[in-house]
Amino acid sequence: MQNLASFPNPFNGIIPAEKEEFVNDLTTLNLGPTHPATHGVFQNILQMDGEKIISGVSTIGYIHRAFEKIAEHRPFYQITPLTDRLNYCSSPINNMGWHMTVEKLLGVTVPKRAEYIRVIAMELARIADHLICNSILGVDSGAFTGFLYVFQEREKIYDIYEEICGSRLTTNMGRVGGMERDLSDVAIAKLKKFLKEFPPVYKEFEALFNRNRIFMDRVIDVGVLSKEMAMDYGFTGPNLRAAGIDYDVRVMNPYSSYEDFQFDIPIGENGDTYDRFMVRNEEIWQSLRIIQQALDNLPEGPYHADAPHYYLPEKQDVYTKMEALIYHFKIVMGEIDAPVGEVYHAVEGGNGELGYYLISDGGRAPARLHFRRPCFIFYQAYTEMVKGMLLSDAILVMSSMNVIAGELDA
Amino acid sequence: MPFSNEEVLQFIRENIGGEPVSVSEPHDFLTVELNPDQLLPLVGALKSHPQFQFTFMTDLCGLHIPEQVGKELGVVYMFHSWASNTKIRFKVFVPIANPLVPSMTAHFNSANWMERETYDFYGIIFDGHPNLKRILNVDDMDYFPMRKEYPLEDQIRNDKVDSMFGR
Repeated sequence: MQNLASFPNPFNGIIPAEKEEFVNDLTTLNLGPTHPATHGVFQNILQMDGEKIISGVSTIGYIHRAFEKIAEHRPFYQITPLTDRLNYCSSPINNMGWHMTVEKLLGVTVPKRAEYIRVIAMELARIADHLICNSILGVDSGAFTGFLYVFQEREKIYDIYEEICGSRLTTNMGRVGGMERDLSDVAIAKLKKFLKEFPPVYKEFEALFNRNRIFMDRVIDVGVLSKEMAMDYGFTGPNLRAAGIDYDVRVMNPYSSYEDFQFDIPIGENGDTYDRFMVRNEEIWQSLRIIQQALDNLPEGPYHADAPHYYLPEKQDVYTKMEALIYHFKIVMGEIDAPVGEVYHAVEGGNGELGYYLISDGGRAPARLHFRRPCFIFYQAYTEMVKGMLLSDAILVMSSMNVIAGELDA
Repeated sequence: MPFSNEEVLQFIRENIGGEPVSVSEPHDFLTVELNPDQLLPLVGALKSHPQFQFTFMTDLCGLHIPEQVGKELGVVYMFHSWASNTKIRFKVFVPIANPLVPSMTAHFNSANWMERETYDFYGIIFDGHPNLKRILNVDDMDYFPMRKEYPLEDQIRNDKVDSMFGR
């Protein structure tokens, strides 16, 4: 870096000579926990030389809610609302990942219809998450309109969630062994309407950003992440794929019938912010493709497995049959003991490999549940990535990494 | 094509020069328990091995098992070889009186925050970590919350009567 003393002093004549040394000092900027440009509550204390960042320290933990400790005292289905609140922009993915982990521990096989419904919910969640990330990247660079356009589409996704499970944002969707109800006709109609109406709106959003000269000048070659650095710092998901490595959990270790679907994995070349934006952009189109295939080929059959110890029985049976009543009582009161075992299951979340490491010692609650949170692992690299960058570029890099505070802290 | 658990285990036996402390395969996931001093050389060898290429560390977390006297606190590592889609899990147990484990930041930079989180919640000291401070909890906390002896609810509060909350 050039020595600032060699530049002609721009304050010549304005600042008296005895105060000239103030011009060359470094400033400390507190990009504080509550800030309109950060996606949630986390703090970066940056040491700046004018507008350039020299170094930074990240402080997180402002939204730490002790999920792992709480999970050691809760039966399995009471942990699902906790998983909602990890990456709260794409709750169905977290819920399904957790249910699949429990099913792996118990050895329950989920019927095909339930798996396809899960895929539809997970891909809708992925679209919702990427819509937020890309439109907020636009907002952070000053373009507000695109954000408003795509949030109306996100409302339509919320309507579909409401039909499937009753909630909009923190969905608590599905059960151990399948889904809590079948896809209703209203839900299927809303899905078909969404698949028809969303592509033209998203093409308008693309027309605003993808080849926009100002946007491209702001994001190309900003925040370049090399392949080696990405692997070393534990990156997964769209950030890794923008750097050029094609690791996707849905392809490498398929779960929930993903091997039945045809879809491509978009990969970037440079690993800069533009590549991250375009990878997410293309993943939205691929998710739409998967949802269309799942809806077209939705198999007939039951929407849940036969797991009476964990799946709540039908209400008519509870009121008329003795066994159903006993199972209902035991499940709701949490009197079911899980088998002893140790399992790790990972799903492809909006930000990468979201893993659940579950150790059960035979009680009603896990002995240890650890969430492998992709945001927490790759956010470490942020202060390395922004060294020497201007502040406005650093904000765009944070935006494009899609750091969600809920997943950062758990 | 993933390597079989037996192939990886054979390499591990050769590298550490004997049998690991224990080997198990819960749900076909090779899980090997090691001594703390065997860990870093083995991981380095697996990372640079031309066929195995365990170049990605999936996860690092802590464990507290009070029943295992003398080996109460543990650290679990999970590695993934993307080239061959092989996964492996290592566990290292240390006594609660002296919980010292060598730091994995020697091989993987992603271990930095994961080890800080493990220190924050379990009190395991990682030897060689550049910045071992608390990360998610307040800095002046003087206990380790995820240890089993620490209760879920804050015992200092008087406004939550246990009998009313079904405890």
